[in-house]
Amino acid sequence: MDGIRKTFEQELKDLEDSIMAMGLTVMEMLKGASKAFQKEDDKLAEQVIALDDKVDKYNVDIETKCLQLIATQQPMARDLRFIASTMRIISDIERMGDYTIDVAKFARRLMGKPKLAAAEDIPNMAELVMNMLRETLEAISRKDLDLITKMIEDDEKVDAAMRHMFDAVLLEIEKKPLVAREAIYLLLMSRYLERIADHITNVGERIYYSETGELKELHV
Amino acid sequence: MHKIEVDKLNLYYGDFHALKDVKVEILEKRITSIIGPSGCGKSTLLRVFNRMNDLIEGVKATGSVRIDGQQVLDPQVELVTLRKKVGMVFQRPNPFPLSIYDNVAYGPRLHGQKLGDIVEKSLSAVLLFDELKDRLRESALNLSLEQQQRLCIARLLAVCPEVILLDEPCSALDPYATLKIEELLQLLKKDYTILIVTHNMQQAARASDYTFYMLLGEMIEYGETQEVFTNPKDKRTEEYITGRFG
Repeated sequence: MDGIRKTFEQELKDLEDSIMAMGLTVMEMLKGASKAFQKEDDKLAEQVIALDDKVDKYNVDIETKCLQLIATQQPMARDLRFIASTMRIISDIERMGDYTIDVAKFARRLMGKPKLAAAEDIPNMAELVMNMLRETLEAISRKDLDLITKMIEDDEKVDAAMRHMFDAVLLEIEKKPLVAREAIYLLLMSRYLERIADHITNVGERIYYSETGELKELHV
Repeated sequence: MHKIEVDKLNLYYGDFHALKDVKVEILEKRITSIIGPSGCGKSTLLRVFNRMNDLIEGVKATGSVRIDGQQVLDPQVELVTLRKKVGMVFQRPNPFPLSIYDNVAYGPRLHGQKLGDIVEKSLSAVLLFDELKDRLRESALNLSLEQQQRLCIARLLAVCPEVILLDEPCSALDPYATLKIEELLQLLKKDYTILIVTHNMQQAARASDYTFYMLLGEMIEYGETQEVFTNPKDKRTEEYITGRFG
């Protein structure tokens, strides 16, 4: 390889950097939403919600860039797979951002309300999801498919946490029906975190396709 | 069904080893494109199929090339019959300095065939008849390049070939004319086995069912076009089609 297409290669690298930046923005949002929930920090929750505009802008800008590259560079093989995957990946990351906002919104609603025992599981679950996102972003930058495999395994932990939350919430409601509203908010928050994890596994599948050319469901 | 079967084909121009142990099976009534950098042996391979390389001094081919099971490399092969069955279209359209009608009629007359409606049928097959039916006595040289190339294909069809070889048939044409020729090939593949040598990667991806990549006289990869262009198996193919070959 003698770098005949240096400009194109740089543009592909820029695209990858943009995905990383978009993913890191959602990571920052997740961290903020979890902390806002734990500390009952309304201002922080608001900041998280405001970051959605940044994620949406990445989505539009990256998609535009992908279309430009397809139109002007006629990508083939690995390049084509990477660009096609990028268009799917940013859509998943954008949805992850939306769910994170929902988490932050419910964190605000729960501020000043009685703390239920099940509430302790939310930051733990958020940490599991952030770890999955971290592994996925690292897999992109290091082209390391082992990290994708590990991330998929970690998704099982998130699913288990969601099931645990469901049981815990039912128990809380049975014990104290008056806290049903707060309990349901917690259940919804855990459901949003679980959906974020599912979108991360979608991203993993696209990275796997981009690297190997094989389209397959990694998440069972 | 395989129309052409190539096995252990080696070809030398004097001391130069131009094709090395080429093995490939070409499917009938499909379009197969041959891609690769300049000098990799694409056109040489194409010319093996109708023995056009015989015109070059010092050429020597060994191995097996069968069309419908018949050995093409056999010195006893009747070349006129072979080239009637395996026709060729070149880079630049090369109509004879004759009328449109006589260009198409030339082959059948040479082979002593009765003309009948051959000219009309051949021109219709390349979608030229309606356009030119009132100008059949005009010189073919007055036609546009794209029309000339279509005419050259019609001239081939008039002698009822089974295999059509195209050596960069669109390199002298503009993008619109190129697409029209590609559309024509899609129609023709219902009846003919088509092999096309092209430097235009998008053309190979758009127009062919199968693609093979050659490098330095060797066949590196052969497969369904959509697979070769989205997920090539060989790193060298990947480097070439993504423009990183140097």
